[in-house]
Amino acid sequence: MGGIIKSSVARKFAMALSGLFLVFFLLQHFTINFTSVISPDIFNELSHFMGNNFVVQALLQPVLIFGVIFHFIMGFILEIQNRNARGVGYKNYNGNANSSWMSRNMIYSGAVILAFLGLHFYDFWFPEISHKYIHGLPEDPTRYYEETIVKFKDLWRVILYVVSFIFLMLHLLHGFASSFQSVGFNNKYSKGLQGFTKAFAIIIPLGFIFIALFHYINQL
Amino acid sequence: MKLTLKIWRQDNAKTKGKMIDYPIDGIEGDMSFLEMLDVLNEELVAKGEEPVEFDHDCREGICGSCSLQINGEPHGPDRLITTCQLHMRSFKDGDTITIEPFRAKAFPVVKDLIVDRGSFDRIQQAGGYVSVNTSGNTVDANAIPVNKQNADDSFAAATCIGCGACVAACKNASAMLFTSAKVSQYALLPQGQIEATERVQAMVRQMDEEGFGNCSNTGACEIECPKGISLENIARMNREYMSATSKG
Ligand code: SF4
Ligand code: FES
Repeated sequence: MGGIIKSSVARKFAMALSGLFLVFFLLQHFTINFTSVISPDIFNELSHFMGNNFVVQALLQPVLIFGVIFHFIMGFILEIQNRNARGVGYKNYNGNANSSWMSRNMIYSGAVILAFLGLHFYDFWFPEISHKYIHGLPEDPTRYYEETIVKFKDLWRVILYVVSFIFLMLHLLHGFASSFQSVGFNNKYSKGLQGFTKAFAIIIPLGFIFIALFHYINQL
Repeated sequence: MKLTLKIWRQDNAKTKGKMIDYPIDGIEGDMSFLEMLDVLNEELVAKGEEPVEFDHDCREGICGSCSLQINGEPHGPDRLITTCQLHMRSFKDGDTITIEPFRAKAFPVVKDLIVDRGSFDRIQQAGGYVSVNTSGNTVDANAIPVNKQNADDSFAAATCIGCGACVAACKNASAMLFTSAKVSQYALLPQGQIEATERVQAMVRQMDEEGFGNCSNTGACEIECPKGISLENIARMNREYMSATSKG
């Protein structure tokens, strides 16, 4: 991954930048999903745009996929290096005394999110690829809303969805604020920024959970 | 006070160690933690056993020698103090106290509770200095104006005593707080500018070579640091490093 990633500071920087990028993507994804609660037409229109716009598909989507893969591979590499750096472990380690559970367990919250992405790809991305490229079906700009909400008919899926977004919340509660520190931003505005990142980390996942429950309840 | 001590005993760097229980009685709240260990050691010596080895020197919180992981925290449960400044009044009669060495691959155990922190010295040697012309025309440091905030921040960073509690506390055994304090102390002063680009790169390179972990901003170091070294130093080091790397 290039010479610069050889240094711990650069790895930290890269982890933060890819994380910030994913946060930005999450916000965009949330905004579009949220329209499904307000108006099926707007949701269809935006989904059609995202699914067929050249810039989004050919430029932004590969960047996104690279960002996701980079962030999780790097996360695993860092975890392995960090475990090695301890050597012999403590018999008594009181992590709660000096740090948050979230900050110490990013690898686990991250692993849950990764598993969720697997389900998400299976639910939405693979069918989309198969629709467009394997079966070459004609484009129907009104199909997205129906295709989306049927996924929220099964209770088990909704539960998995909710659990995953709780882990995303935990991941963001540490990760979002932490990425600013990593890129060197720590000054008199940091306190305020931290408040914002904490609010974001709670509100956005709760929003996704709300959307899932909304469609589940509507289809009961 | 009657206590049970669970202490890590290890003969040397090559052998495997283990925790051993030592009951101890007659401990007063006004004793320091190290005095309590002195009492234990006198008892052990009287019984013909090997005393527990631990590092200490000044016993007043300025040298950075003492280094014990006490009940899962470096320098014990109290804040902004070193192990030698910890007093037994922080514990209760009947307590069990675990005492372990600071753990990191880069801090190998020498014996019992003593670890080799030479890796910190090598990070310091890699760039923690300024070049001063001492050939007779040295400029008086006080003649160089320094912005008050920078002077204060530099001083605060320079209070790091190199104890290693930051590494011991960190789940990643990262040495970023120590290294960033050493980088910041010079980065904030005009005297430190000449080697600034090279310094931060050399110190980070050495830190990585020593096998310390990657920082993930848990903040444990700042909480456990006896000198209250701030995470702002790590952010500053990251900025310095990235701008130094882009300059090449
Ligand atoms: S930064 Fe704090 S904890 Fe780390 S070595 Fe310096 S004084 Fe000790
Ligand atoms: S013995 Fe010097 S700081 Fe504790």
